Amino acid sequence: MSDKLHIDEPTGTEFVGHEWDGIQELNTPLPRWWLWTFYATVVWAIGYVVLYPAWPLVSQATEGTLGWSSRGDLAQEMSAAEEARAATFERIAATDITDLADDPALLNQAIAGGASAFKQHCVQCHGAGAAGYEEYGYPNLNDDDWLWGGSLNDIEYTLTHGIRWEGSRETRLAFMPAFEGIFSSAEVDALAGHVLSFSGGSQSSTRGAELYELNCAACHQPSGEGDRMQGAPALNDAIWLYGDSRANIRQQILAPRHGAMPGWSDKLDPVTIRMLAVYVHSRGGGEAEAIPEEPQISDEVAAASTEEGNGNS
Amino acid sequence: MESTLGRAGIWAVVLLLAIAGAVGAQDSGFAIHMGIIGAVAVLLAVMTLVRFDPLAKAQTFFKMPPGPARYDDDVVRWGVIATMFWGLAGLLAGLFIALQLAFPVLNLEPYLSFGRVRPLHTSAVIFAFGGNALLATSFYVVQRTCRTQLALPSLARFVFWGYQLFIVLAATGYLLGITQSKEYAEPEWYVDLWLTIVWVAYLVVFVATLLKRNEPHIYVANWFYLAFIVTVAMLHVVNNLAVPVSFLGSRSYGAFAGVQDALTQWWYGHNAVGFFLTAGFLAMMYYFVPKQANRPVYSYRLSIIHFWSLIFLYIWAGPHHLHYTALPDWAQTLGMVFSIMLWMPSWGGMINGLMTLNGAWDKVRTDPIIRMMVMALAFYGMSTFEGPMLSIKAVNSLSHYTDWTIGHVHSGALGWNGMITFACVYFLVPKLWGRERLYSLRMINWHFWLATLGIVFYAASMWVAGITQGLMWREYGSDGYLVNSFIDTVVALHPMYLMRAFGGLLYLAGAVIMAYNVWMTIAGRVRTEAPMGDMSYDEEADRPIVSNPQAQPAE
Repeated sequence: MSDKLHIDEPTGTEFVGHEWDGIQELNTPLPRWWLWTFYATVVWAIGYVVLYPAWPLVSQATEGTLGWSSRGDLAQEMSAAEEARAATFERIAATDITDLADDPALLNQAIAGGASAFKQHCVQCHGAGAAGYEEYGYPNLNDDDWLWGGSLNDIEYTLTHGIRWEGSRETRLAFMPAFEGIFSSAEVDALAGHVLSFSGGSQSSTRGAELYELNCAACHQPSGEGDRMQGAPALNDAIWLYGDSRANIRQQILAPRHGAMPGWSDKLDPVTIRMLAVYVHSRGGGEAEAIPEEPQISDEVAAASTEEGNGNS
Repeated sequence: MESTLGRAGIWAVVLLLAIAGAVGAQDSGFAIHMGIIGAVAVLLAVMTLVRFDPLAKAQTFFKMPPGPARYDDDVVRWGVIATMFWGLAGLLAGLFIALQLAFPVLNLEPYLSFGRVRPLHTSAVIFAFGGNALLATSFYVVQRTCRTQLALPSLARFVFWGYQLFIVLAATGYLLGITQSKEYAEPEWYVDLWLTIVWVAYLVVFVATLLKRNEPHIYVANWFYLAFIVTVAMLHVVNNLAVPVSFLGSRSYGAFAGVQDALTQWWYGHNAVGFFLTAGFLAMMYYFVPKQANRPVYSYRLSIIHFWSLIFLYIWAGPHHLHYTALPDWAQTLGMVFSIMLWMPSWGGMINGLMTLNGAWDKVRTDPIIRMMVMALAFYGMSTFEGPMLSIKAVNSLSHYTDWTIGHVHSGALGWNGMITFACVYFLVPKLWGRERLYSLRMINWHFWLATLGIVFYAASMWVAGITQGLMWREYGSDGYLVNSFIDTVVALHPMYLMRAFGGLLYLAGAVIMAYNVWMTIAGRVRTEAPMGDMSYDEEADRPIVSNPQAQPAE
């Protein structure tokens, strides 16, 4: 064969000499830039494994000359973040929850911290806007209709101990009895009609009023205003936990649903819970502190402190 | 006759075992799988008993060339059809789950929830579409570059049909909720055992064909095919070591636990990318690019160096999937530096592919198949640069768990694996069915642009989505608290998810055009259309008009 046959004309490169199904190969040397870049990555890799933890030995791996570790890195970042917040945390911890409003800057920091914790722990049920989901029975936290009270102390208590939560002995506990099998269908209808009549949604009937008085008024109160001490929802407004249709109310009378909320005392520190309470309180429905009924205080003092409490709100 | 009865007897035994398995099954999913196996056994028994020779039938249908003077291409033809079929199924599943992410109401519980359709999509495109393409092309290439017929032809047929049974069992299993929850290795223990048998048979056929070659040397494409088959066998066996809860149930417990399990899983997962989607498809590239371009391979030396460096380095890079986890720091470091060193070995394949076009670059303009191959190599180069970059811990701390990873995977899968497979199928179909040319070259051009545009939409939207997500997750306000909740990022990404689904729709549309084109080619039709070649050039007309001289400028 002549030399010409060994050279590929378009590229001027020689062939290696093998051929497979018509495919030949050129004997082009390795591209220099390719080779040197490859060497550079190898050199970089060698440098990196000297600087950072890399080679597993008998009992532990080499630690690297920089002394870096991902756990150490994380601990540093976390403690830096905690340090940055520490002063605020201490002040919130030292301040009575009802007095936070006296320090607007501190109150705003508590609300910001609560908002952040809310996004992490609460949005799953109560929604990103805290509006709840009526179809699932998660309460709206933006309105002024509270099952267990809407003052700062009430909310903090609910957050700490939960609702129907087995993690705390002091949890908010209330169970409405099921009336399945006790009332006839017509009686349930009459009762539902009476309940709806509180908010103007239906006409009441004598039978309904009578049944309500006998079976429901003890908790929900004669005119349906509810009782927060027992967690009995108000029935005289347009806000419903499990739906406002007659069918929803019938179902709730026959087989009541009982939503549960975990208390957070086992997962969150008291300051975070306090900030959450302040945040929820700030959503629009927050109420002033109720005045504890203490018999030994005279009526006059009680009246004075009521005014004071209202003044704080 | 005796052999027919004997074979029918074997199928009857299989049927009885399947019925026994279904009756004694611990869960409904396993019972359904036994039903599928029983149905296959009944089918095979009936076919045997009525002396219906499927090979002879297939010969008439697929026009198998007669005699020993031709290559044995039956399995290749079936594989090409299976590639097209599973490709469409996998892309459709992908579009569906993309829409589910944008519109959660499309989660049709329980069978069509995202959690079940997602592995259906990944397995359909990687193992069914990609796997059949690799199976078909490897049997095609090994025969031609060894100048010999397939060794063990009946075993080769078993490999093809056995692999299809694996795909059906895996896919139905996902929808029925049968999974061992390992990404890209979801099928349960009995399906894994079946795939092991099929895969070893594949290795035997391939190596036996190499051994009876009539060429002194083994061509580079076959090195890559062999690396792919051997390594996937090893990865599959080790990652799927498990103890079944019951031999009549679909549940099993993996042999590893905790961080060891995670490391084994990502050693498997990363090398499934490395040896299935890289080495295997590089093998396709090494045969079909020089063939289509009709040019010699750019550099024999580069092919040796990049082959060995690629397979040596790839196998260590898996831990980069577990940055900032419970995996010890030293393993994360090694995973990262091996990934960085992998950059140039990966690019060796791109250089060898692209530079093979030296002296034939004009074909990019005139030959849509070459254009697809060039685009595939370009995307291969991009994603093998992006991969090492994402493995750097500082980058990974932003990108990990975000849609950036999804975008990276798809620029590789749609751009490299998809495009090179389409090009190879376009190359193969006229030759396998003895057609003068494809039904339509212009449709390839349409396919090319739809696919390219689809990838651009997909990759670009996922880059934006991933970086947005990463930045939102880590955003700290000046008050020292995280700014966004998870749902905030989901809301922010909605437009990106729509764009991604649109990109997927374009890509699927291209594949539908391809399926039509391939169908019509097999049917023997030729579309009347203007050629894709150069504009005609008339040198005589390329002149200024001189008979009417211009006026001279005024004095």
